[in-house]
Amino acid sequence: MNNAASAVPVASAPPLKRSNTYLVEGGQTLASWLLTTDHKRIGLLYLFSILFYFTIAAVAAALMRLELITPPGDVVSSETYNKLFTIHGTLMVWFFLIPSIPAVLGNFVIPMMLGAKDVAFPKLNLLSWYLFNLGGLLATYAVAFGGVDTGWTFYTPYSSTYSNSNVITMAAGIFIAGFGTILTGLNFIITVHKLRAPGLTWFRLPLFIWSLYSTSVIMVLATPVLAMTLALMALERIWGLGVFDPKLGGDPVLFQHLFWFYSHPAVYIMILPGMGVVSELVTCFSRKPIFGYHFVAGASVAIAILGFLVWGHHMFVSGQSVFAGLVFSFLSYMVAVPSAIKVFNWTMTMHRGSISLATPMLYALGFIGLFTIGGLTGLFLAALGFDVHVTDTYFVVAHFHYIMVGGMVTAFMGGLHYWWPKITGRLYPEKLGQLAALIMYIGFNLTFFPQFVVGYLGMPRRYHAYAPEFQVYNVLSSAGASILGVGYLLPLIYFLWSVKYGKRAPDNPWNATGLEWQTPSPPPKHNFENIPRVDKMPYDYSPEAEERMVHG
Amino acid sequence: MTFPINPVAASKIARETDYLYWGLLILSAVIIVIVFGPIIYFLIRYREGKPADRTPVRLPQNTIEITWTLIPMFVMTGFYVWGARQYFTIERPPPAAMEISVVGKQWMWKIQHPEGNREINELHVPVGRIVKLMMTSQDVIHSFFLPEFRIKQDVVPGRYSTEWFKADRIGTYHLFCSEFCGTMHSGMVGRVVVMSPAAYEEWLSKGQPGSTLVQSGEQLFRELGCSGCHSGSSVVRAPPLEGLYNKPVPLTSGEVVTADEAYLRDSILFPAKQIVGGYTNDMPSFQGRINEEQLLQVIAYLKSLGTVPPGLRKTLEDSR
Repeated sequence: MNNAASAVPVASAPPLKRSNTYLVEGGQTLASWLLTTDHKRIGLLYLFSILFYFTIAAVAAALMRLELITPPGDVVSSETYNKLFTIHGTLMVWFFLIPSIPAVLGNFVIPMMLGAKDVAFPKLNLLSWYLFNLGGLLATYAVAFGGVDTGWTFYTPYSSTYSNSNVITMAAGIFIAGFGTILTGLNFIITVHKLRAPGLTWFRLPLFIWSLYSTSVIMVLATPVLAMTLALMALERIWGLGVFDPKLGGDPVLFQHLFWFYSHPAVYIMILPGMGVVSELVTCFSRKPIFGYHFVAGASVAIAILGFLVWGHHMFVSGQSVFAGLVFSFLSYMVAVPSAIKVFNWTMTMHRGSISLATPMLYALGFIGLFTIGGLTGLFLAALGFDVHVTDTYFVVAHFHYIMVGGMVTAFMGGLHYWWPKITGRLYPEKLGQLAALIMYIGFNLTFFPQFVVGYLGMPRRYHAYAPEFQVYNVLSSAGASILGVGYLLPLIYFLWSVKYGKRAPDNPWNATGLEWQTPSPPPKHNFENIPRVDKMPYDYSPEAEERMVHG
Repeated sequence: MTFPINPVAASKIARETDYLYWGLLILSAVIIVIVFGPIIYFLIRYREGKPADRTPVRLPQNTIEITWTLIPMFVMTGFYVWGARQYFTIERPPPAAMEISVVGKQWMWKIQHPEGNREINELHVPVGRIVKLMMTSQDVIHSFFLPEFRIKQDVVPGRYSTEWFKADRIGTYHLFCSEFCGTMHSGMVGRVVVMSPAAYEEWLSKGQPGSTLVQSGEQLFRELGCSGCHSGSSVVRAPPLEGLYNKPVPLTSGEVVTADEAYLRDSILFPAKQIVGGYTNDMPSFQGRINEEQLLQVIAYLKSLGTVPPGLRKTLEDSR
C-alpha cells in the first residue's frame, strides 16, 4: 500500500492510495492549504467556511422556530428575536447561499469541466477567499458582540438613523465579502473564455458552465451596486449625509430601489447555479443527452438578463408609482418563462432514459418539485392585486425558502454527493444518502408549506409574537424544522465518516461524460496528465446501448 | 388550536382578490399535473433495468420548445392582466370617501377622524362607507396591513400614502404593521372595528372631541402665524390658499405641479423647494415646529378652503 511511485499511468490506475492527488501534492501542512492557489483546495476552503456560517445561521433559525411554537413572545426577547432573524438572513444569503454552489462546486469543477489546469487567475482566487472570510468574520463579530437588528434588507431610515445595533460593522463585512464575489465572478468569466480545452466550443460546454457563466455576469454587474448602497447607508449613519432619511432631505424608497436592484439579481445568483447542477444530474442519472440543450443554455442567459429588470416587484406596496408596478409585474411574469422552459426540458430528458434513483438524482428530482412550487407561488406574488395582500407575510417567506433552500440547497446537496467521489476519492454510503435526501424533502415541506397558508391568512413576517389563530401552522413548521435539521446532520456525519472509511471511488463512479470524470479521483494537482480534446456534444449518453449491455 | 384555511373576507375587494387567488391555485394545479405527471410516469416506465423501448426518437424539437415557450407566455400575460386590474381597483380610491388620517410611529398607530375623534391602535368605521386613509410616519417605514380586507400600504416618513376600503361586514378585524420597524414591530398591532352607521354615530358622539380636524387645523393656522401672511388682508404678499387644493400651481422654475397633500406638506416644511410663480421665498420652514398629526390637521383645513363658495372667493380676491 505504501506505493508512492506516481509514474504509473493514472488513467488506468486502480483506486489505490496514490500520492499524485491534489490532497497530497503541494504539501499537507496547514500553510500549504491556507496559501494554496489550487482551485480544488480553494473550493474545499470555501466548503469549510460556508459550513461555519451555515451552522451559526441554522442555530439562529432553530431558536426562531422554538420561539414561534407559541403565539406570545416567551422564549427570547423581541430584541433578541430581531437579532436572530438578522443573523439568519445575512449569514445565509451572503455567507452561505451566494458562495455555496459557485465558490465550492464551481471552483472545484469548472476548470476540470473545461479541461484546464486551474482558473485563469489562481492567486486572485485565493484572494477572493480571504476577502470573503474577512467579511464573514466581521459579520460574525457584528452579530456575536452586540448584534444587528435590521433584517438582511437594511431598510432605511431604520438602519441609517434609528437602529442602535452594529449596522456599520455588518455592512462593512458584506461590503468586503462583495469584492470576493466580484473577483470570483470575474475569474470564472475569464476562465470560461480563455481556458477551454481544444474542441470545447461554446455549444459543447456543459450546462453547469452556462449557468455559472450567467451567474458570474450577475455577480460582476450587481454586487458593486450593493456595495455603493451600503456605503451610502453607512455615510448617512455616520455623518448624517442625507440620502435616504427624509428628515435629512433624503428618500427612503430610493434605498429600496438600489437594494433590490442588487438583491433581485442576487436571488438568481442563488438559483441559476442550482439549475446548472440539476442539468448535470438529470442527464447523468437518466443516461440521456439533455433535451433542448440550446434552450436550456439560452434560458440561463435570459434569466440573468431579465433578472436585472424585475427589482420593483419587491415594492408593489412601497409607494412606487402604479405604472412602475405594472411594468415590473409584467417583466416578473416573463422571467417565469425561461424557468419553465428548463423544467420542461429536464422532464423530457427523462423520456426514454434509463433512470437510476441514486442519491444525486433524488436531490435533482427534489429540486424540480420544490423549485416548481417555489416558481408557481412566484406567479402568485407577481400578480399585483394578490401581492398587495401577501407581501411581507409568511407567504413570501415560504416562497423564497422554496427557491433558496428547496432549490439551491437541494441542488447543492445533489452536486456535493455527485462530485464527492471526485473531491475525496471516496464513496459516501448510498443507502444513507437516499434516506437523508428523503428526510430532507419531508422536513422541508413540513417546515415551509404551512407558511404559505399562514401567510395567506395574514401573518406578517418578522413577528416575534403573533395572533393565536396562526399557531397550528407555526407548530407544524417548527416540527418540520426539527426533521429538516436531522436531514442536514445526517450527510454531515456520513460525509465525514466516508473521508476515512468510505469505499475508494473509481475515477468515474457514475459513468458520466464530463471531462472532470476523465481524471483520477481525487485528481492530481494539475487535473490532467494530458490536456483533453473534445469532439462531441456534452451528455453523450446512450440509454438503449447501456441497458442492453448491463441488463441484457 | 383551529385550522383556518381562508381568512375572513370583509369587503368586495377581499372577495375579488380571493378569486384571483383561486385562479392562481387552479393554474398551479394544472401545471403541477403537466410537470409532475410525466416525471412520475417516466420514473416508473423508464426505471433502470426495466424493459422499455428506449430507442432514440427524433422529436420536432424546435416546435416543441417554441410551443412550451409561447403557451406559458400567453397564460402569464392573462394572469398579469387579471392581477393588474385588481391592483388598479385597490390603488385608486373612489371619490366621495370619508378621509381618516393615520400617523405611524414606533410602535403605535395614531388615528384622527374628520370629526376630531382620535384613537390609538383602533380604527372605528361605519359599514358600507368608503374609507380613505391618509397615512404618514413620523419615524421609520411602517405598513398598514388589514388582512381581512386584503390591503396593505407602506407608511413612509416624508410622504403621504393612501389606502382605501369599504367594509361590508360588521365585526372586528386585524390591523398589523407589516414592514419591520424595530424592536416592538410585532406589538404594533391593533384592530379595525366595523360598526353599523348608527353605532358609529353614537361612538363618534361619545368621543366628545373639542373640535373637528378642520377646526383644529384652522386654530393651528392662526397660532403658527400662517394667517398673518396667507390671508386677504395681509401686508406681506403670500400666495392665496383658498381653493388651492388639487389645482395646478405654476412655479418660478416654469414647472406646473398639482397642489396635492404632498405639495402642501412640502410647502410647509420646505418652503424653498417649490416657489409659486410671481412670488419670492419669504416663508420660514416649519420643520420641527409642527408634528405629523398637526400637519394633517392644517392640510385638512387647507383642503376645506377649497369649498369656499365662489361668491365669497370673489370678495376675497377683490379685497386683495
